[in-house]
Amino acid sequence: MSAPPEEELPPNITVATRMATFFRGGGIIAPLITVLVAFLAGGLVVLATGHNPIETYSAIFKGTGFNWIFPWLSEDDRIIAALNLQQTLILTTPLILTGLAVAFAFRCGLFNIGGQGQYIIGSIFAVWVGSSFEGMPALLHVLVAMLAGIAMGAVWAGIAGLLKALAGTNEVISTIMLNWIAIWTGVWVFNLGSPLQNDNSDQVDVPVSNDVVEGAKLPVFWGDPQLQGLHLGIFVALAALVVFWVLLNRTTLGYEVRAVGFNPDAAEASGINVRRNYILVMAICGAFAGLGGALDLLGWQFRIATNDIQTHTLAFFGIAVALLGRNTAIGTLLGALLFAGLITGTSVRNLDPTVFEPQLATNLTYMIQGLVVLLISTDVLVVWLLGRRRKRRTAAVAA
Amino acid sequence: MADAPALELRGITKRFGTLVANHAVDFELRRGEIHALLGENGAGKSTLMNVLYGLHQPDEGQILLNGEPVTIDSPRRAIGLGIGMVHQHFMLVPVMTVAENLVLGAEPRSGPLLDYKAAAARVRELSSKFGLAVDPDAKVQDIGVGTQQRVEILRALFRGAQVLVLDEPTAVLTPQEAQDLFVVLRRLTEEGTSIVFISHKLNEVLDIADRVTVLRRGEKIDTVPTEGATERSLAGLMVGREVLLRVEKPEQKVGEPLLELEHVSATDDRGLPAVNDVSLQVRAGEIVGLAGIDANGQSELIEAIMGLRTPTEGKITVAGHDVTHAGPRETLDAGVSHIAEDRHRRGLVLEFDLAENLCLREYKTPAFSSHGFLSPKKMVARARTLLKEFDVRGGEPETRAGSLSGGNQQKVVIARELSAAPKVIIAAQPTRGLDVGAIEFVHRRLVEERDAGKAVLLVSLELEEIRSLSDRVLVIYEGRIVAELPPESSEEDFGVYMTGGGRG
Repeated sequence: MSAPPEEELPPNITVATRMATFFRGGGIIAPLITVLVAFLAGGLVVLATGHNPIETYSAIFKGTGFNWIFPWLSEDDRIIAALNLQQTLILTTPLILTGLAVAFAFRCGLFNIGGQGQYIIGSIFAVWVGSSFEGMPALLHVLVAMLAGIAMGAVWAGIAGLLKALAGTNEVISTIMLNWIAIWTGVWVFNLGSPLQNDNSDQVDVPVSNDVVEGAKLPVFWGDPQLQGLHLGIFVALAALVVFWVLLNRTTLGYEVRAVGFNPDAAEASGINVRRNYILVMAICGAFAGLGGALDLLGWQFRIATNDIQTHTLAFFGIAVALLGRNTAIGTLLGALLFAGLITGTSVRNLDPTVFEPQLATNLTYMIQGLVVLLISTDVLVVWLLGRRRKRRTAAVAA
Repeated sequence: MADAPALELRGITKRFGTLVANHAVDFELRRGEIHALLGENGAGKSTLMNVLYGLHQPDEGQILLNGEPVTIDSPRRAIGLGIGMVHQHFMLVPVMTVAENLVLGAEPRSGPLLDYKAAAARVRELSSKFGLAVDPDAKVQDIGVGTQQRVEILRALFRGAQVLVLDEPTAVLTPQEAQDLFVVLRRLTEEGTSIVFISHKLNEVLDIADRVTVLRRGEKIDTVPTEGATERSLAGLMVGREVLLRVEKPEQKVGEPLLELEHVSATDDRGLPAVNDVSLQVRAGEIVGLAGIDANGQSELIEAIMGLRTPTEGKITVAGHDVTHAGPRETLDAGVSHIAEDRHRRGLVLEFDLAENLCLREYKTPAFSSHGFLSPKKMVARARTLLKEFDVRGGEPETRAGSLSGGNQQKVVIARELSAAPKVIIAAQPTRGLDVGAIEFVHRRLVEERDAGKAVLLVSLELEEIRSLSDRVLVIYEGRIVAELPPESSEEDFGVYMTGGGRG
């Protein structure tokens, strides 16, 4: 292994290559250190506000519900931990899916920042299908609503893929713009007098959708449905992780995706249709994110209000999840668990206000998320920029 | 120290990993002379000058300025020592004026503000002193290329350059502008500046330079005065002879043309013509060599054949099948194999393992996949067979391609391309960066393919390789086929055509 650095990295360094090299070099250590540093920084901030970091993190940990697995817990504590863990796992579902929506794109060398918009589109169509077709058998109704979310999420992201394939449009910009289009379309479509506003006579002035019918709701298998127990969606998310892995590593499509991600020039020269891949990859990412939106809706939201759309930002965590998880299936799972835990652990409902004010704590979560992205993405972004400049140079300052 | 040369490079050696870019190169620049540095791309001229300019540190050797040894660890230091460089790609800010560009980095100040008047005055002063006419207030984006170059030269002089290095200065100039430049250069030498003129254009070198140093493959071949030299003699030095690798070639049995190009033209990435009206044929059972200096259209020609670039004119046929507008997939399926000149860019996915790389062309065929699902077992089994057949060392099917040596990587590429049973083989720089053993292996395989009735187009910068393998040789210059020569022709004959001479 005496190949010098110049020989080891190809001249057309892509995001996927650099990430792979970086992650190969760092192994599992790199993400662990990233998380550690992020938490340390968070702890310093907590200290600066006059609170005890150890107590705070301990309270947050209790809030996540992960302590439920400890056998020495008392009965009462166990009941509370169960409730907390259900909440955490409810959040893990969309985080896995929006994480996959970003990870799959990264493997192809694409930046999918449109997870939020794709999620929203998915949930809009899920609520529309879920609140219509009253008489449909339950299983069918749930499946059709989920499929609607998947399909339309795919279409939404596919627009960005199409633009990139046909016009070379930068997908970072197009997906972000599509986010905004999705948000404002969503706000409009449930607004007063708009097509999807609810039909209830006592909610004429409320800009909210119809409720999902009972038959279309995802069954709760742990906890009390009245208290927002854990629904079956988590298994769908876990299945999606398997689909992600199989797709990427065992199918010809996944082979093409990885080839294009590592070296689009070699892929092209071998006859792979790079542009077709961009479209397909973005569509698949949108499918994942759209499914996330559908599952949340059918699992516990059951309706959408214009307010919900405007204040929802969960899908953006998907970017941090994917980066932390090194764009792998298992990594996405762990990253999703981490951030779901952080969000529930610092929420008003779960965090002991005598230890740390929940309002402050939510921001702590955002801060840690930002640090994670910063620490990972700085390196990747810089090399991406360098790689693009190197491509444009013609006659070289070279040997 | 009045007799000491203005600049002396002694025994400069520079390595990049296993690649030796410069090997014990000596270079001497006398005061007030114009000394040309001649050689093909990859000969080491740019590396040598980058060492001088502080962009690289030499592994061995010394630099002396006016007889005093110096260490140059950065361009800033080089500039401080009076070495100025005018790059092939100008480093000017288009939206700023000439005066602003000139003083960039060393701006005259009045308080905290730029003293523009002083800058403009400086420009006029230097302009008249050296006879380089420029308008200080013109924006760089509004002036012509020839004038931009003059600004670059002025900038170097403004920093007090005594030694001026010009990297392929006439590449972007019209013939008239080139002549104007030469007038300027002669004027500069009268004022005491010493000039290094990097070029691969023989006629210009003979026109402007006092002496010429020829580099080839990182070695200095010779330094000769231009007086008494001819294009022929210089060409011979440039492309000349090296390690003789003669391949045993049985008698040729030639068949139908399998690859035909008719009046093919194509443009490069910048939209400039790169391939000009090329017509050629490669028949079954022959190796046609395409000789030429780098960047004369070979890459674009290969891309046009392989479907990676659409020709603007002409027709390309493979075994009777029109592939002019076909993409890479169709061209590969028509029976063409491509041993890419840049194996890291077009040939391999370094992050993939060997099994995956060996399937790059055929992963969709029933041999390796069914209903969209890959069969890793089949891929690995096939890889094992191929790795053995082609004597690839340093890895198993599960080894990452990037960790193999260059020679073994190339064997992987060749294994993949030749095992696809092609009719036509395009071999571009097939032995670049390989050791002698690997080179011999590749040459042997290419001749075997030729004997098996394939049509081989060999594109190489190594004249010796072309001469020893080809049955016929075509020479390409500026995108045109300018000659067809028998392989036994002398290096000088080849050299003349390769450098654009011998026409008309």
